[in-house]
Amino acid sequence: MIRLRPLPRPKNPPQSTTWNPERHSVMTLRLRAPRRLVAVASAGALALSLAACGGTTKDSSSDSGNKAAAGDGKADPNAPLKKGLKIAFLPKQVNNPYETIVDNAGIAAAKEYGGSAKEVGPSDASASSQVSYINTLIQQRHDAILIAANDQNAVCGPLKQAMAKKIKVVAYDSDTAPECRNVFINQASSEEIGRSEVKLLADQIGGKGDIAILSATANATNQNTWIKYMQDELKKPEYSGMKLVKIAYGDDDDQKSFQQTQGLLQAYPNLKGIISPTTVGIAAAARYIDGSKYKGKVTLTGLGTPDQMRKFIKDGTVKSFELWDPKNLGYLASYAAAALSSGQITGKQGETFKAGKLGERTIGANGEVILGPPTVFDAKNIDQYHF
Amino acid sequence: MTTDTKSAPRGLSLGRLLRWETAVTALLVIVFAGGAGFSPDFANTDNLSFALGDLSEIALIALPMTLLVVCGQVDLSVASVLGLCSALTGKLWDGGMAIETIIPIVLVVGVVCGLVNGLLVTRLGLPSLAVTIGTMTLYRGLAYVVLGTEAISEFPTRYTNLATESIPGMPIPYPIALFAVLAIITAVVLHATGVGRSLFAIGSQEDAAYFAGIRVKRLKLVLFVVSGLVAGFAGIVFTLRYGSARADNGLGLELTVIAAVLLGGIDFDGGKGTLGGVIAAVLLIGLLRNLLMLNDVSTEVQSIVTGLLLIISVLTPRLIAVVREAQGRRRGARPVPSAAAP
Repeated sequence: MIRLRPLPRPKNPPQSTTWNPERHSVMTLRLRAPRRLVAVASAGALALSLAACGGTTKDSSSDSGNKAAAGDGKADPNAPLKKGLKIAFLPKQVNNPYETIVDNAGIAAAKEYGGSAKEVGPSDASASSQVSYINTLIQQRHDAILIAANDQNAVCGPLKQAMAKKIKVVAYDSDTAPECRNVFINQASSEEIGRSEVKLLADQIGGKGDIAILSATANATNQNTWIKYMQDELKKPEYSGMKLVKIAYGDDDDQKSFQQTQGLLQAYPNLKGIISPTTVGIAAAARYIDGSKYKGKVTLTGLGTPDQMRKFIKDGTVKSFELWDPKNLGYLASYAAAALSSGQITGKQGETFKAGKLGERTIGANGEVILGPPTVFDAKNIDQYHF
Repeated sequence: MTTDTKSAPRGLSLGRLLRWETAVTALLVIVFAGGAGFSPDFANTDNLSFALGDLSEIALIALPMTLLVVCGQVDLSVASVLGLCSALTGKLWDGGMAIETIIPIVLVVGVVCGLVNGLLVTRLGLPSLAVTIGTMTLYRGLAYVVLGTEAISEFPTRYTNLATESIPGMPIPYPIALFAVLAIITAVVLHATGVGRSLFAIGSQEDAAYFAGIRVKRLKLVLFVVSGLVAGFAGIVFTLRYGSARADNGLGLELTVIAAVLLGGIDFDGGKGTLGGVIAAVLLIGLLRNLLMLNDVSTEVQSIVTGLLLIISVLTPRLIAVVREAQGRRRGARPVPSAAAP
C-alpha cells in the first residue's frame, strides 16, 4: 500500500475522543513495513523467474514469411466465371464518399457476371474495427472478401482464417500484409502517384517555397507510401527550392482535416502549397482556403473526386488535382475476386484474367494488379467526370 | 451498511434493482435464443468464440470499473491506458526486449497510470470524472510520444495464439477464461467481503462511511490502481489479439465499458448494483452487436440500438421510482421507503 501522509484526521473530530496521530502512525507503520517488503520481494521473484525463462524476443521468433499468399492448386485461365458468386466489400469505413463509389462500381460489376455483392464496414477507420466484420463475412460463407485495410497487420489473422476456409481475399485501395490476401488491386503505382503530385504542385508554385502535406490517418498504408515517394521526389535538384515543412494528419475526418489546414496556415505563414493525398482531406482543406484570406495565395492539390472538387475548381481555389477512376478500381477488384473464386487465377505472378470492359490484366510482383496511371482533373476536363 | 440485496434496509428499491438485473439477463437469453433460431451462422462454436473474444478487453476492464462506479467514482482514462500500454509493448518489442520482460514492465506502467489517477482523486480531492478526463488525454498523448504513428507487428505466435485461440472444444477464448476467473474473484470481493460492503457504503454516503471508520481514500486509491493494472493488461491482450501495437488502439473503448456497467444496473451515483448484472450486460452488448452484424444491420443502426438500450437502462429505474412515489401519494399512505432512501 502506498501512503504519503498519516491517516487523515477527521475535520471535526468528536470532542469526546482523543486523537493521537503519533501513536496512530507508529501503529500503521509497524503493520506496513513487512507488507511492503513482501510486495517488493514477490515482485522481484516474479521478475527473476520470468527472466530465467530465457524469453521470446523479436529476433528469436521471426517466423513470418513475407511472401504473397499464392493459392494452392493450378490456375485455369479458361475456366468460366462461376454464376451466383457471393462477394462482400469491406471498405476502410462506410460513409466515405470515395469508398462508396469504389464499392458501388464493384457491386455493379458483380451483377454483370451474375454474382451478388454487398458493402459492409465500420463507421470509424480504426485498425481493429474491421476485424469483427471479417469474422461475420466468414460466418456468412462468402466466396470472396474484398478489403481496403485500415491496418495491414491487424486484419491479418482473421483474413488467414478466411483463406483457410477457401474464401478468396482481394485487397484493394489499401493493402494488407502480402501473406494475408490473394491479390492486391493497386489503384496506380504508388511511386507514380507520389512523384506526380509533387510535380503537379511544383508546376503551379513555380518550384519554390514551403509546402506541407495533409494526410489521412498516420498509419494509412497507401498515404504513407505515397508520402515516402513524395519526399524522395523532393530530393531531386529541380525541387531544391521547395521545402516540406510539415506532415499533418486529418484522420480522414472532415472536421479534423479542416482544423489541421487552419493550423498549418497559421503555423507556417509562408506556406505556398499543400498536397492532400486523400479525398476527405483535400475537400476539407479546399473549403477552409476558400473561406479564408489565404485564397489565391496558397496552392492546394492532391487526390480528390471531381464531384467534391468541382465547386473549388470553378471558383479558382484549386487549379488541378488528380485521381485514378475509382469506379474502375471497384470494377477491377470485383472481377479479380470472381476470377479467383472461379479458379482462373490463384494470385501468382504472371497469371492473367479478363476484367470485363477493362480487358485482360496480369498479376505483377507480390500479387499486385495495377489499375493504371492517375487522371489529372482541371477546369478544362472536370465536367466530363461524374463521380 | 449492508449490500446483501435481500436483507438490505432499502427493501423495495433493491428488489427493483434485482429485477433490473433479471431483466438484462432475460434479454440476454432472448437475444441468444432469437439469434440461434433466426440466424444459422450465430450459435456455432466459431462465431460464439469470436464474439466472446471480441469482448476481451471490454469485459476485463468492466470488472474494476464496476467497483469504481459502485463507490461513486469513474475512470475514463482506461482506454488511454490501454493505448499507452499497447504502444509501449510494441516499442519495447521492436527494441528487441523479450516479451516475458515486457509484460511485467507494461503492467507496472498500468499501475503507475492508475496510481496517478488515484492520488489526484484522493490526495487533492478532485472529482474522478474531471481527473480522468484529463489523464485520458494525457495518457493517449503519451502513447503517441512512445510509438508516434508507427504500427508494430510480428509478435510471437505463441503469445498471439494465446490471445486469440479458444480452450479446445469450447467456444471460450483464453482471455475470456481469465475474465471468468477474475469475475468470480471480483464478485466475491464485492458481494461477500467487508471491502465490498465498504465500497457500497462509500457509494451511498461517503461522509457516513468515513465516520464509520472506513478508509475511504485508501480504498479509492487501491481501486484506481487496480483499474490501471487491468487496463494495462487489457492493452497487452489487445496488442496480441490484433497482432498490432498502435497508439490509437482502443480509442473510445471506455464508453463501451461504462455503457455496459450502467446497462448492468450499477447506479452512476454509486452504492447500488451487482456484478452479475454487469457481466450479463457485457455479454448482451457483445452478442447483440454480433447478431446485428451477421444480419447486415448497418453500423449506424447498431449504434442506435446500443444507445437506446443504455438510455432505457438509466431511465427505467427512475421511471419506476417516480411511478411508485405517485402510487404512494395517491394512497395517501406513509412515504414509500424507496423514495426516502438516499
